Amino acid sequence: MAMISEAPKGNFRLSMLIYDTRYRALTIQVIVLGLFIAFVLWLMFNLQSNLAAKDKDIDFTFIFNRAGYDIGQQLIPYTSDDTHARALVVGLLNTLIVAFFACIAATVIGVIAGVLRLSKNWLVGRLMTVYVEVFRNIPLLLWIILAFTIFSENMPEAKDFKVTPEMVQQGIDPPQEKWFFGTTAFTNRGTNIPAPSLENPLGTVTLWNTPISLSVLAAIAILVVSFWGNSRILAHAKAIQEETGDRPATWWKSLLILCGPIVVFLYASGFYLDVPHFPIDESGASKGFNFVGGIRVGHSFMALFIALSIYHGTYVTEAVRAGILAISRGQTEAAYALGLRPNRTMNLVILPQALRVIIPPLISQYLNITKNTTLGMAISYLDLKGTLGGITLNQTGRELECMLMMMLIYLILSLLISLGMNIFNNSVKLKER
Amino acid sequence: MSNPSFVRTEMLPPQKPPMGQTGVLRWLRENLFSSPFNTFLTLLGIWAVYTLAVGAAPWLMNSMWNVDSVDDCRAILAANGETTGACWGVVRTRWHQFFFGFYEQSEYWRPMLAFALLFVSIAPILYFNLRRPNAIMVGGASIFLVLVLAGLGTDGWHLGIAAFLMAALTAVAWIAPKWLLWMTLAFPATAYYLLWGGSVWGPIGVMAGFGLAYLVFRLLQGEIGVTPAAGIASLTAVVWWLFLQGIVTAFLAGILPWSLTAESPDTFGGFLLSFTIGVSAISASLPLGILLALGRRSDMFLIKTLSVGFIEFVRGVPLITMLFTASLLLQYFLPPQTNFDLILRVIILVSLFASAYIAEVIRGGMASLPRGQQEAADALGLDYWQAQRLIMMPQALKVSIPGIESSFLSLFKDTTLVALVGLADPLVGITRVVRSDINWKAAYWEPFIFVGVIFFVFCFSMSRYSMYLERKLKTDHR
Amino acid sequence: MANTAQMQVTDEVAIQITAMNKWYGQFHVLRDINMTVNRGERIVVCGPSGSGKSTLIRCINRLEEHQAGQIVVDGTELTSDLKNIDKVRSEVGMVFQHFNLFPHLTILENLTLAPIWVRKTPKREAIETAMYFLEKVKIPEQAGKYPGQLSGGQQQRVAIARSLCMKPRIMLFDEPTSALDPEMIKEVLDTMIGLAEDGMTMICVTHEMGFAQAVANRVVFMDQGQIVEQNEPKEFFSNPKSDRTKLFLSQILGH
Repeated sequence: MAMISEAPKGNFRLSMLIYDTRYRALTIQVIVLGLFIAFVLWLMFNLQSNLAAKDKDIDFTFIFNRAGYDIGQQLIPYTSDDTHARALVVGLLNTLIVAFFACIAATVIGVIAGVLRLSKNWLVGRLMTVYVEVFRNIPLLLWIILAFTIFSENMPEAKDFKVTPEMVQQGIDPPQEKWFFGTTAFTNRGTNIPAPSLENPLGTVTLWNTPISLSVLAAIAILVVSFWGNSRILAHAKAIQEETGDRPATWWKSLLILCGPIVVFLYASGFYLDVPHFPIDESGASKGFNFVGGIRVGHSFMALFIALSIYHGTYVTEAVRAGILAISRGQTEAAYALGLRPNRTMNLVILPQALRVIIPPLISQYLNITKNTTLGMAISYLDLKGTLGGITLNQTGRELECMLMMMLIYLILSLLISLGMNIFNNSVKLKER
Repeated sequence: MSNPSFVRTEMLPPQKPPMGQTGVLRWLRENLFSSPFNTFLTLLGIWAVYTLAVGAAPWLMNSMWNVDSVDDCRAILAANGETTGACWGVVRTRWHQFFFGFYEQSEYWRPMLAFALLFVSIAPILYFNLRRPNAIMVGGASIFLVLVLAGLGTDGWHLGIAAFLMAALTAVAWIAPKWLLWMTLAFPATAYYLLWGGSVWGPIGVMAGFGLAYLVFRLLQGEIGVTPAAGIASLTAVVWWLFLQGIVTAFLAGILPWSLTAESPDTFGGFLLSFTIGVSAISASLPLGILLALGRRSDMFLIKTLSVGFIEFVRGVPLITMLFTASLLLQYFLPPQTNFDLILRVIILVSLFASAYIAEVIRGGMASLPRGQQEAADALGLDYWQAQRLIMMPQALKVSIPGIESSFLSLFKDTTLVALVGLADPLVGITRVVRSDINWKAAYWEPFIFVGVIFFVFCFSMSRYSMYLERKLKTDHR
Repeated sequence: MANTAQMQVTDEVAIQITAMNKWYGQFHVLRDINMTVNRGERIVVCGPSGSGKSTLIRCINRLEEHQAGQIVVDGTELTSDLKNIDKVRSEVGMVFQHFNLFPHLTILENLTLAPIWVRKTPKREAIETAMYFLEKVKIPEQAGKYPGQLSGGQQQRVAIARSLCMKPRIMLFDEPTSALDPEMIKEVLDTMIGLAEDGMTMICVTHEMGFAQAVANRVVFMDQGQIVEQNEPKEFFSNPKSDRTKLFLSQILGH
């Protein structure tokens, strides 16, 4: 009796390329690959003919030519004699810094508004809803331009902060006062904020024409050690709790180890806030035309920062709210029924679950914030788009190269952020069947 | 042990709760003042509302509408001894620029008709074969159109045509809503023809290409299967568009030269521009997004890689870079001597941009379907495309409608970015033009507030509508 | 079959509810509830949906507040005083219809969470107790898994074990088997019968009349927020006195 030990082998026919499931996928992919390659070749061919017609070529060496333009906000030293490459880096740093601060501010605003929106307080809940709906349904560009206009046209002039001799005589105050306990002055030329400074810094080290303060490095190192120390204290407390059941009070120990070393270091380095002010002459009146000391932040940064924070804060609010609502009431009830108090319930049961739901959309908002920094172009904020994709592109005429580099950099940024999100997601994924 | 047995002879009627448990006072106590912290928050909230009101009220109270320049406003304010007031004259004199850009005023009926036809096209998609919602939407659009056209002072001839057309469509919506789908299919050509003008044979020729492709597809599908038939149909369409269409349409135009005044694309601006770009991009991105979503879920390695690569690339770059590509780079990649206007280029790239986001929305919708659906389709013997067309896609699209709507809203808000490539969007472009007029140079709050309010009204109503749709559709889905 | 001879009911009063009334806004959801539960008693509460039976037992551990009347559990009166509420909750365990296990913790962590943080038990002791109760509900091998990896019946048994780890003197069950597939109902009911055999005071809201007949020594029928009839199971099922009870029983047992 014949036993079937292997699959019947048919003869190969051409039509099997389309019909046979073994070959069909292959055929389709080969055809698609062929079409794709043909398409790319066609694009390349067009590119070449167009470039030839305009007598251009593809050349990336322009990046090392002299830039020839100034950038107002620079985190590393830069002059118009530096290369386009350095201008690119300055622009990238501008993008990152406004994105960084906007992400933090948006998170803070969003968490507060999200929690408040769920509160039983009717008035506050409704106010937060109004906030979310108003800011979300109007384009971001409008908020940016509005903020910029407010800063550049509605702010007082620097001279309004000055104390004139007449004021000294009459003992009255100047018409404008500084905000936040006399440290910050909003003027129509910029926002003057106090600069953290050290009297005895540890010195600097220069890398790529950029001074890096050793004191800052030391401070970071101290903070890292403090956090590590704090985690050891908490682990120690947990071990004691597992042994005896009683958890020792750790709040004062944590406070001491987190704040103590850094405070000591700052004190020893002579930390002070360089508050923007007018120098005073003998009679007590202010002299000079503008503030001295402190850091002056341009309108573009302030407007972009504020608009991005408030606009994206609405999305964070919704994410926080969705996260908290996603945790069913039954979880709270089960915890209460077991005798857990509300704050323990929040820490041990609700928050761990809520964060899993909140953090992924939060990270994609960070991505959106980073991409939306490009809107700073409307208010002349020189971020990566403004330098590489703006002035450099216009001056050198190298549209293709600049756009490609810019897209590449943004792609890398978003892929990094997405990678972070995926790592987080995989590490906290709830295990299911 | 107590005797457990008990029987109630009379049921108790419901009673009122004790005093202090209900009423306004209790509500106030529970909601606003239940704890010291809550009381503090309430007071803070009241203070915030008060400051806002006090700050904005004087400015709003002194609204002046019948003025022709900012100086007029200031004069009136000075005469009344006030310091601030809203100068709405800029809105009164320039509202048509905000809405229609620089479009020819006598031709306003065309974009308005296209806008009304938009609702006619959407109705059958949302409400399928139900006559009442369809009729309500189409009828509502008709009434809206007639009122607006009358208000705009359109001449009787065009008003009559528009009214008649809309009335006929309302009748169709009531009698046989499914026929409205033909309007949906024809909408791209109709809208293009109404907005851009030119010979009527141009859009008809493009539509003929699609129709031809469809015919070829249907003829060949049975013989050689779906995918090869689709390939040959596309080829036919391309041949028609590139070679045959020009000849045929020129010939027909010679016989019947129907045309509307061609509007140069430079005249597009304001909300007309935003809507055109937004609606075109979303409608073009839907089929592409579906294909990308299917590709991403495919088992074929190459197709999956291409889809994933495209989606991740587009989602990783800011929209502005795509807009700049449209305005600066696209011409490098097209054959030399092709030159089509900036708006179309922007629409193409914005569609590609939107399709990646739509693909993710649809992918989420498909993932939420029970796995058994695909298996049931396979068990019934449906091939891949039949399964998608008849089973998976209808369900996935229904579930994704809220996500699609929110993508559309995002896109609509993002259309304001086209100002950065030199187009006249309502926010920056038109405002700049308006403020270049010496009369309105100093007005900056009023135009922004006006544009902001329009955006808010539109986006807010759309998002509420989408929530309403979501609730309605959820009950179907269980 | 349950060993009813071993199930003793004492004279000590575990729960005393006197003239208890509750309103949701204007809706009078519980009307003049009077109930005494002795230690060791097993009570089954049944009734049509909306009759207030779940609300009743949720008032006993203060998951819901009552507006009038008195509830005394184990000698402690339930008021808004947090200390009283904590005391009552540590004596009363509750099992929910939808299990409500904590999905981000393992089974073992689910069981040891409350003993560690509420009773301040050292971890080793808490784990011992947890494993003891896991064995009692017959799933000790699942200790390291997560709730999402267990079947519905297993999850409910874990939920029962979780409540038992706090060593309560009274157990409340809110429709414990309503969310389970039929083949898993038996394992949960068996667990509950085992608890009854150990002398636990139980109040159980359920539709499982077989369980009521086997284990309960009192069946309470509620409708429209009030207790309509209560009796021993034998009498209750064979000789219902009120018309409403008869109607309800015919609907439940009819097919």
